Amino acid sequence: MNCVAGVAAVLLLAATPAWADDAAIKIGNFTFGPKELKVKSGTTVTWINEDDIPHTVVSPDNFKSKALDSEDKFSFTFTTPGTYKYFCSLHPHMTGTIVVEATTGSIVSP
Amino acid sequence: MTTYDHDEGARGPSRRKVLECMTWAGTGVLWTVAGGVPASLGIIDSALAQQPKAFTFLQISDSHMGFDKPANPNAKGTLEEAIGRVKALPVKPSFMIHTGDISHLSKPSEFDDAERIISQARLDVHYVPGEHDLIDDERGKLYLDRYGRGTKGAGWYSFDANGVHFIGLVNVVDLKAGGLGNLGNEQLEWLEDDVKGRSASQPIVVFAHIPLWTVYPDWGWGTEDGARALGYLKKFGSVTVLNGHIHQVMQKVEGNVTFHTARSTAFPQPAPGSAPSPGPMKVPDDKLRSMLGIASVMFKQNEQRLAIIDTPLQG
Repeated sequence: MNCVAGVAAVLLLAATPAWADDAAIKIGNFTFGPKELKVKSGTTVTWINEDDIPHTVVSPDNFKSKALDSEDKFSFTFTTPGTYKYFCSLHPHMTGTIVVEATTGSIVSP
Repeated sequence: MTTYDHDEGARGPSRRKVLECMTWAGTGVLWTVAGGVPASLGIIDSALAQQPKAFTFLQISDSHMGFDKPANPNAKGTLEEAIGRVKALPVKPSFMIHTGDISHLSKPSEFDDAERIISQARLDVHYVPGEHDLIDDERGKLYLDRYGRGTKGAGWYSFDANGVHFIGLVNVVDLKAGGLGNLGNEQLEWLEDDVKGRSASQPIVVFAHIPLWTVYPDWGWGTEDGARALGYLKKFGSVTVLNGHIHQVMQKVEGNVTFHTARSTAFPQPAPGSAPSPGPMKVPDDKLRSMLGIASVMFKQNEQRLAIIDTPLQG
């Protein structure tokens, strides 16, 4: 997803009915906050860079943002339950985790 | 990798000059680092006068063209001041190295600004990329198109000047989650091969963006596989490692290896652990120029000494 798509996703979020899940992660002081976030499947998570230095949000094989300049945003919608570890590919000591849980009522035993 | 002027006619004289100066004694060198903040470059001038065959080169780093945040809204202006200082040197350095973060966001206009300002020094410049130089859509293509001619992989290379072997390394690509700077196997194998067969008495200068030694891992200030690179350089009597990235002067001597980081020309960063994060540090306006600057490195023949002199833009 590129920046334009990220912005589009954010705009989409604003237009989505209130019952839709969304979540935000702030990038500040070279950390992701919160560092670990639990969301329901279907949630769109938006990262916003509040540092004076560009950062990225990368989870290999899952999602990868462009370099986010100050105030830039990146969004990703999690549709598959699981644990997603991600990091900033420019400052790899910055790491975070998104835990995606199945939506109640949609758990289907295989 | 010389980007000052691609015109062959203009490159000739400097090449001849290099040949004229290739009279290095070839002995082991005991390094002396003159750090701190000298008020002028007088030390170099007088030393050069006494040692006609000594030579100097300059290091600049972290220009961050495009940076306009409160820590320095005019990074272009301070780069111009730094180049002004280079131009004013009474003894012309042999060449310049730039240890990365030329740009802030890898934009063509930022690289253009850097080129326009740095070329005013009328010196050959040898570049290595910082992580800020490889964040274009094609992840480094812009950098390699401009600076990568004659380099290997992500932009590493080596060259000889005045009897000294210079090695430019790239430790800002393919970084791993939770890790530090990274050279990678391909580059390390190249390095091993590059120094194989060289005389142990040849002085080695390695330059790369992120410090090759571990300065402060909590802030990612180090290189994961830097120790392996230094292992290949063990036999050499004198190794100097020049880095940028941390926007402050720091040095360490370990056996035959001298590690040194240069100031940025754009904005200072805090001392390790002294702030919540390594982000740009806002200092009072009248202090800014004392925390930005350039570094001169001087080789003196026979005296077996190398001096690294950091010069702030002011103070």
